[in-house]
Amino acid sequence: MMMSNRSTGRILPALLVLLGLSACGPIEPWVKPYERDKLADPIMALDTDAVSTSYMQHVYEAREGARGGEGAAGGGCGCN
Amino acid sequence: MINLRRLSFLALLLVLASDALAGVLPEDRSDVLYHLYDGGGVEIDGPSILVRKKAGKSLSFVGNYYVDMISSASIDVITTASPYTEERTQWSLGMDYLRGNTTMRINYVSSTESDYDASTISFSVSQDMFGDLTTLTLGYALGDDLVGRSDDPTFEANLDKQTYSIGLTQILTKNMISTVNFETITDEGFLNNPYRSVRYVDASSAVGYSFEPELYPNTRTSNALGIRARYFLPYRAAIEGEYRYFKDTWDIKGHTAALTYIHPWRDFTFTGKLRFHDQTGAHFYRDIFPGSEATNFRGRDKELSPLQSTTFQLKASYEFLSDDGNSWGFLKKGKVTASVSMLSIDYDDFSDLTAGAPLGQEPLYSLDADIFQVFFSFWY
Repeated sequence: MMMSNRSTGRILPALLVLLGLSACGPIEPWVKPYERDKLADPIMALDTDAVSTSYMQHVYEAREGARGGEGAAGGGCGCN
Repeated sequence: MINLRRLSFLALLLVLASDALAGVLPEDRSDVLYHLYDGGGVEIDGPSILVRKKAGKSLSFVGNYYVDMISSASIDVITTASPYTEERTQWSLGMDYLRGNTTMRINYVSSTESDYDASTISFSVSQDMFGDLTTLTLGYALGDDLVGRSDDPTFEANLDKQTYSIGLTQILTKNMISTVNFETITDEGFLNNPYRSVRYVDASSAVGYSFEPELYPNTRTSNALGIRARYFLPYRAAIEGEYRYFKDTWDIKGHTAALTYIHPWRDFTFTGKLRFHDQTGAHFYRDIFPGSEATNFRGRDKELSPLQSTTFQLKASYEFLSDDGNSWGFLKKGKVTASVSMLSIDYDDFSDLTAGAPLGQEPLYSLDADIFQVFFSFWY
């Protein structure tokens, strides 16, 4: 019974949040297409030069213990 | 368990791919790059050529050819072996298919060395949502490596690698874009370096220690969470901050942070980047073991030692052909870029045995390297 009350206590707020979100209707883009001139500037591109980025990722992967989570993949080993 | 997880992940990729609504394919572009790494007794250089071309409105193909020419007299090599030269060749082929707001990608990478062959096939699906403010990407990659030994033609070992990734790119404001990526990588097979050795205390040796082959666990799973945000400054320049948290089943925890500043001036773009990485060591890593075969697993690869690395990168690009209608034949735009990175690594638990100091008094090793890149980029 205690478990049931606890579960209800967790589920109810989640349902209320979902109901609240659905009442808002579809999500409207808050940055309109005509407001994206600065984002379209080449200096705002997250990966300008893929060939260079993947090379540097490979350099780090071969020399550090960490890997991944950077959004683009390297390849091979080349670390002997 | 892994198969069930793989199946459910592939099912999720297919569900996302079927929910198509208009995305954009990557630009037609080619890059010709020369890279040089010089530091710690190691020199690696070679070319990388990348070609990308659309075919119709919904397909884009990409190919890459990359070479590492290695000349190594690193601290690992001169401590227990002889300097060597080696060449690694890598090529990849990929295809992007755009359907509505969904982009599906497939890529195959093959890498060959005299003693190491690796091949990876990867799939990913990206979906643009909420008026193109949000892009969600799911990816899966399967790698199959074959490890050999140049001094033992009979030695052959396998390594399988699986990568699961999820990424979200989000336009936050009129001036700011951010991305979050989570990646899980699992390895199963021969994970140690067949040439490297560990050091252990040996009273019968004149120097007080001897070496024996390292022995790693056969499995490793890592999780990495990376966050980046780029902001357009009040004048025409941009600043980017990034952070990554890393953790694996070998007890390595890592924090990586970087700050980048991008400043265009006339036809030039200047970029400065400062990157810092800090990690703890693997649980089976020791600079010196108390005796021979003292632990179940043992390693002395300096990459698994606790360490801090710092990189300062300066990059300059010059656009010698602008996209203003005055094209050279079929070329629309051309750019040349030069970059220099100064990498410095301080190891907290890896002794420099070349110093010849008595056991227990060896200085810690540190590495300084310069990394150069020059590349031409063409759009058509």
